[in-house]
Amino acid sequence: METDKSKIGSFLFNRSVQGVFYQLITLGLVALGIYYIVTNTARNMLERGLASGFHFLGVESQFDIGMTLIEYSPTSTYFDSFIVGLLNTLLVAGIGILFATIIGFTVGIMRLSSNWLIAKIAEAYVEILRNIPLLLQIFFWYFAVLRALPKPKQSLELYDSFFLNNRGLFIPDTVFGEGSSIIFYLLWLTIIISIGMFIWAKRRQDRTGERFPAFYVSTALILGTFFISLAATGFPVSFEYPELKGFNFKGGVKLIPELVALTFALAMYTASFIAEVVRGGIMAVSKGQTEAAKSVGLKQNLILRLIIIPQALRIIVPPLTNQYLNLTKNSSLAAAIAYPDLVLVFAGTALMQTGQAIEIIGMVMGVYLFLSLFTSLIMNLFNRFMKVDGER
Amino acid sequence: MSAANKEIGPPVIELGVMGWLRKNLFSNWYNSLLTIFGLYLLYILIPPLVNWIFLDANFVGLTRDDCTNEGACWIFIQQNIKLIFYGLYPTEELWRINFVYLILFISGLYLLIPNLKHKGWVGAFLLIIFPIICVVMLSGGLGLEAVETRLWGGLFLTLVIAGVGIVLSLPIGVMLALGRRSKLPVVSILCTIFIEIWRGVPLITVLFMASNMFPLFMPEGVNFDKLIRALIGVMFFSAAYLAEVVRGGLQAMPKGQYEASQAVGLTYWRMMALVILPQSLKMVIPAIIGSFIAIFKDTTLVLVIGLFDFLGIIQFVGTNPDWLGFSHEGYVFAAAVFWVFCYAMSWYSQRLEKKLDTGR
Repeated sequence: METDKSKIGSFLFNRSVQGVFYQLITLGLVALGIYYIVTNTARNMLERGLASGFHFLGVESQFDIGMTLIEYSPTSTYFDSFIVGLLNTLLVAGIGILFATIIGFTVGIMRLSSNWLIAKIAEAYVEILRNIPLLLQIFFWYFAVLRALPKPKQSLELYDSFFLNNRGLFIPDTVFGEGSSIIFYLLWLTIIISIGMFIWAKRRQDRTGERFPAFYVSTALILGTFFISLAATGFPVSFEYPELKGFNFKGGVKLIPELVALTFALAMYTASFIAEVVRGGIMAVSKGQTEAAKSVGLKQNLILRLIIIPQALRIIVPPLTNQYLNLTKNSSLAAAIAYPDLVLVFAGTALMQTGQAIEIIGMVMGVYLFLSLFTSLIMNLFNRFMKVDGER
Repeated sequence: MSAANKEIGPPVIELGVMGWLRKNLFSNWYNSLLTIFGLYLLYILIPPLVNWIFLDANFVGLTRDDCTNEGACWIFIQQNIKLIFYGLYPTEELWRINFVYLILFISGLYLLIPNLKHKGWVGAFLLIIFPIICVVMLSGGLGLEAVETRLWGGLFLTLVIAGVGIVLSLPIGVMLALGRRSKLPVVSILCTIFIEIWRGVPLITVLFMASNMFPLFMPEGVNFDKLIRALIGVMFFSAAYLAEVVRGGLQAMPKGQYEASQAVGLTYWRMMALVILPQSLKMVIPAIIGSFIAIFKDTTLVLVIGLFDFLGIIQFVGTNPDWLGFSHEGYVFAAAVFWVFCYAMSWYSQRLEKKLDTGR
């Protein structure tokens, strides 16, 4: 009898048996929760007369969108509105990332300057901008700055080609004439040749130790070919400048004020975080590296290029990508100033009209989820590629 | 003793104010150029700003007609101060909010002053009894008149959302982090999926989900308040971020700590509660406060689902026909208040980091 009891005891207190038991309970609870939500939702949708499914995507949307990168009209389908919103989100994220990187690196390097005043100005920039909510900054740029700009007739102008007024920012458009495609093909060709040259130069240096000025040669090659082909084809690329006609500007590219405000706010806000990332990355390269490089006789600019920057970049890139991702997700604040991004167009207007809350919010969340999972996949590959032998 | 043996000090030019200026601002030609550029930048930014905010501003008056000076019209803020701080909360019940603030202020001060006894009890009071007081005082009950949450607003609402988000998301975040590090595959996978989904989407879609989808999830007749729905969204969202912060701390814990606690026969929960979590949470305090700052800033997003938080109410007050055209003042005031809160938190976290850096 007693052996039986201890057998049962050892069975109940066995680690792996307990493990299976706990997992079954967790799984059961989660399943129960999902079942509860699904049945409730199904009944609620039945009551409200909503059909589930994605049939609504093929239906005419019957609303217009203020800014579209592809052909779109009220007769287009809901799926088209999804694509329009997605492209607008990607557009603002792309421009924002470009400017955030430029401002962020500048401010981050300024903070490390030996010049006291410059370092303090950069520090003030970072401390002020990152402690104020992004939405407030977006509102400020949109309502307090861009909306308060003068009418088109009194636009602020730069070189007679950039105009800023309360209708938006007008910039020159590039017009590609006949023969300009040849220039592009040549440009691509020279870029590919340059990449090949870099690889060859690196291999040769590894083998023989001789350096080849690949950077200067490739720059000369790309720029030279570009300008020579431009001249040879008779300058087929021209600019179309915006012009004041009546009450508004015609020609050129018009950037709506919502886009300008959103890009501005996103870039300035994210730049304050990027500046910290850059500063941290450069400071993390140990001082011994600089000293060792100096003692083997490298010049200051070579120390930066060959020793500091490559090591700092390895630290900077992962958190930098994270900031890019944050910027992309933050671009959803567009909804608050009515820039037609994915959230406003699809999770806003389309949701209001169709009432398909689950499908629409699921699709929108899916897009952002895909972007972030994709980015973390790339980052994992990057980390594996950059890992130095002997590191953990 | 000859003059040559006398100790020679550094040249006058390397000492004092002159030396400092030379070393830090004018060490070579491009540094001098940068300094001049920086001074010019300050010159075009600071004087107009100071003039607008202080020197040319209007501080006394009742209506917009009293704003006769060039600068900011702070009368706009003064006249709407009740709305901005308390929203539409009934005026005769405002003492209830102030009372809650007072309790929070006193017990917070008690915790911040070093070397006082019974801090544990005060902390427990804040975490367990204080929330009950808050609910009763703020929304009504026990003889107090009920105040609907749609009347809540302004800075008060911002503090409620941020406070609830911060207090509730920390324990959930810790549990999620433990779950993700668990050796049981089902628990770990479920927690990972949960964390990654919330972290992968913007808060605004979470709030849209909270206001549009939660009602569909609930059985018939059950209808959550809009504020509670937003709170649930904010709570899960920040819990996922905190979970990753806590996980970082757990991962940084040396393996020996786990092995030693197992060797003395501690069960999983006792090991976590007594050995691992106290040490790893201490390690990530700066990052946790960083997350709190993010939550605080993110509460502004609730205005897109129609709640009037601090920023929302300032936006709203600016559309009042009596006060059109004063959005600059509103935004600058809001920015200043948010900045003070966030900067105070980050300053405190830096101080705490130094104080807690007792190991190694």
